[in-house]
Amino acid sequence: MAVTASPERDIVATPMQRATREALYAGAIALGLFVLFIGLKTDQNISNELILVQRWGLLAIVVVLTMAGRFLYVAYGQPFLANQKIVDVATGLLPESMATRFFRLPYFLAAIITVAVLVFLAGSLDGLLGPGLAGYARFLRALAIIYALASVMFYFRTFIHAHFSALGITALALYPVIVVLVLALYGGSVAAGFQGSLKWVDNFGIQILIYVMLAWGLNIVVGLAGLLDLGYVAFYAVGAYAYALLGTQYGLSFWILLPAAGAMAAFWGVLLGFPVLRLRGDYLAIVTLAFGEIIRLVLINWREVTNGSAGISGIPKVTFFGLMTFNVSDPNYIAKVFDIATSSAYYKIFLYYLILGLCLLTAFVTIRLRRMPVGRAWEALREDEIACRSLGINTTTTKLTAFATGAMFGGFAGSFFAARQGFVSPESFIFLESAIILAIVVLGGMGSLVGIAVAAMVMIGGTEVLRELDFLKQVFGPDFTPELYRMLLFGMAMVIVMLWKPRGFVGSREPTAFLKESRAVSGSFTKEGHG
Amino acid sequence: MQYFVQQLINGLTLGSIYGLIAIGYTMVYGIIGMINFAHGDIFMIGAFAALIVFLILGALFYSLPVVLALLVMMIVAMLLTSMYNWTIEKVAYRPLRGSFRLAPLITAIGMSIALSNFVQVTQGPRNKPVPPMVSKVYNIEGISVSLKQIIIVLVTIVLLALFWYLVNKTSLGRAQRACEQDRKMAALLGIDVDRTISITFIMGAALAAVAGTLFLMYYGVVVFSDGFTPGVKAFTAAVLGGIGSLPGAVLGGLMIGFIESMWSAYFSIDYKDVAAFSILAIVLIFLPSGILGRPEVEKV
Repeated sequence: MAVTASPERDIVATPMQRATREALYAGAIALGLFVLFIGLKTDQNISNELILVQRWGLLAIVVVLTMAGRFLYVAYGQPFLANQKIVDVATGLLPESMATRFFRLPYFLAAIITVAVLVFLAGSLDGLLGPGLAGYARFLRALAIIYALASVMFYFRTFIHAHFSALGITALALYPVIVVLVLALYGGSVAAGFQGSLKWVDNFGIQILIYVMLAWGLNIVVGLAGLLDLGYVAFYAVGAYAYALLGTQYGLSFWILLPAAGAMAAFWGVLLGFPVLRLRGDYLAIVTLAFGEIIRLVLINWREVTNGSAGISGIPKVTFFGLMTFNVSDPNYIAKVFDIATSSAYYKIFLYYLILGLCLLTAFVTIRLRRMPVGRAWEALREDEIACRSLGINTTTTKLTAFATGAMFGGFAGSFFAARQGFVSPESFIFLESAIILAIVVLGGMGSLVGIAVAAMVMIGGTEVLRELDFLKQVFGPDFTPELYRMLLFGMAMVIVMLWKPRGFVGSREPTAFLKESRAVSGSFTKEGHG
Repeated sequence: MQYFVQQLINGLTLGSIYGLIAIGYTMVYGIIGMINFAHGDIFMIGAFAALIVFLILGALFYSLPVVLALLVMMIVAMLLTSMYNWTIEKVAYRPLRGSFRLAPLITAIGMSIALSNFVQVTQGPRNKPVPPMVSKVYNIEGISVSLKQIIIVLVTIVLLALFWYLVNKTSLGRAQRACEQDRKMAALLGIDVDRTISITFIMGAALAAVAGTLFLMYYGVVVFSDGFTPGVKAFTAAVLGGIGSLPGAVLGGLMIGFIESMWSAYFSIDYKDVAAFSILAIVLIFLPSGILGRPEVEKV
């Protein structure tokens, strides 16, 4: 515990004193920041005038929690993290890593037993514990399941690491099947399995995969070509409205409009690309942001065509390549064709596989393009534009193809989104969406497909999980809605992940092509004076 | 003609508010080269702080001279937002200063999302209307000028003068300009770079707080999501004027203000933001580094 981060400052102060001091500072700052915003709340009274409601108790709780958090971090967290990096004198080894200490066999067995007991008791939990405690028990069960799965993954980490793509794709392909099977066993019937799978396949599966696809599309522009695009959601909107308008007005099928929407979005990508080609870095960022806003404002205000803020509803569903449909009234409705029970889950599962296919297409195209001259030109452009131009690469076409390709995938995702929702409105295409997609690309480690998929899963899945935490209502009272805190926590998570891993989960991808012989020698390999 | 002058005055008022926010963007960009996306939300925090102080003053005193009340609101809002911006810089931007370019941009966007949702959670998602504080309107030859507009323009002019003095004539301003040119060299010459950057953030936040107070007084309503649109427009103004240049920020703010009020007066009010953004794109095509910005020198 004697190790501190900055020794020269702490000759007189022990870690405890230092922690106390830091905690007091943190408390004072928290008090200053929150006194007006948490201590007082502006509220409307019956005659619609603003009045102030006092909440000093809540303020005190927040300040004390901040102080406690800071104290614990400085007194125990920092020395612990510092100790992790110090080699033991006797054995010459680093201390056991956090992960090996966290995932131990006894813990794993305990988790399995907990899950088994709680699943066995599932039906009678409410009766045994009362509704309040049963909520906690279900939460505990979820945690235990996650822990058990994480331990399994941890033990097989080398295997998983070696076959990551194959395993990941298999897991994604089997996901709806597993969900339906588990829920069917749990609920006792196949129909219950399909019904229960709706939430898992739609809210988690499809939602996350849409963001994976968007982020992979944006990755071509930002991660490969190094052009900062803050208005990517515009292409998503173009794709969605292309399908919504042409589908509702002319009754064209999804399978015709999907390529059309992609082509249209690519066209807009080129249209945007032309004027901004001369711009660099942050100027490019602000013009793309402005472009995104222009598209959204036009969608809101061009009421004759887009129906304004009310949006377009009644967008036709995707058909199974024209052979089967998912409308109950149609003669070739899927349940009638196979003579099975009617359920809305079939459509969701079909959509899941559709978006999975689109995602894989995006990944495949990205990987192939990266090996082609144009992909290498993108990466070269990202590394050094001037060198690129000196070597005779046409930066204009290179940038335009990056914009168009990225936009095309945005358009695909957009038309899928319109088909899935059955309704589009400008509300879905705000700047926040662009920011979320960009955040996923950067947090995943720009250019790395796997990292981006992981980041999408963590960030989008994490916020979706918050919708499920109903038991918190028992802790904080019935007025408490965890959903309200979703975006607050999302923003804070963005900051924390970025501070913790500034290079992203996987780290930036190096250029695909290297001249192996003349790679620069890193400074750590050379002695002074021996260059 | 009267109509035109009327719109000119409206544009000047709007432009003053944008200009005050834009200075915060342009200063931060000049000194550490990052887009401080959370700045628009800092402006919103300022407006909310002013609102809460206004309600406190209303609850404590039956009648208070308006000027005094505005002054108190402004000062408290300035102190509070400075504290927010200072904390944000210390927590979210400083650890990433040596990192690659997009890292602080992402934390800034994260902070922006967190701040607006923090206000939504703590203060509620509804619009917050306040009774009009200043309602006097002067009529000069058919052109109506409200006292609110006069106050806004006067406060802006006074602050800009003060600010110009601070940046150009004091040692603090000299330190800032030195950091802007070369941070490493400034550090070698004994300038406390961290402190200078902190002060830059505080100054930007204070100006944004004043803009927030004026915004609340002018429109009489504020909501948690109000940070985004003025923030983006102020940033557009900063880019339009040439990012990194202080007079450019004010000029850009005024231009955006004029474009908006003229467009809504003569064409359609629905497309005023589209007009502002389109003109930004057009200006940047012909002047890629803004109106007063220095063209970037490409170093090989």
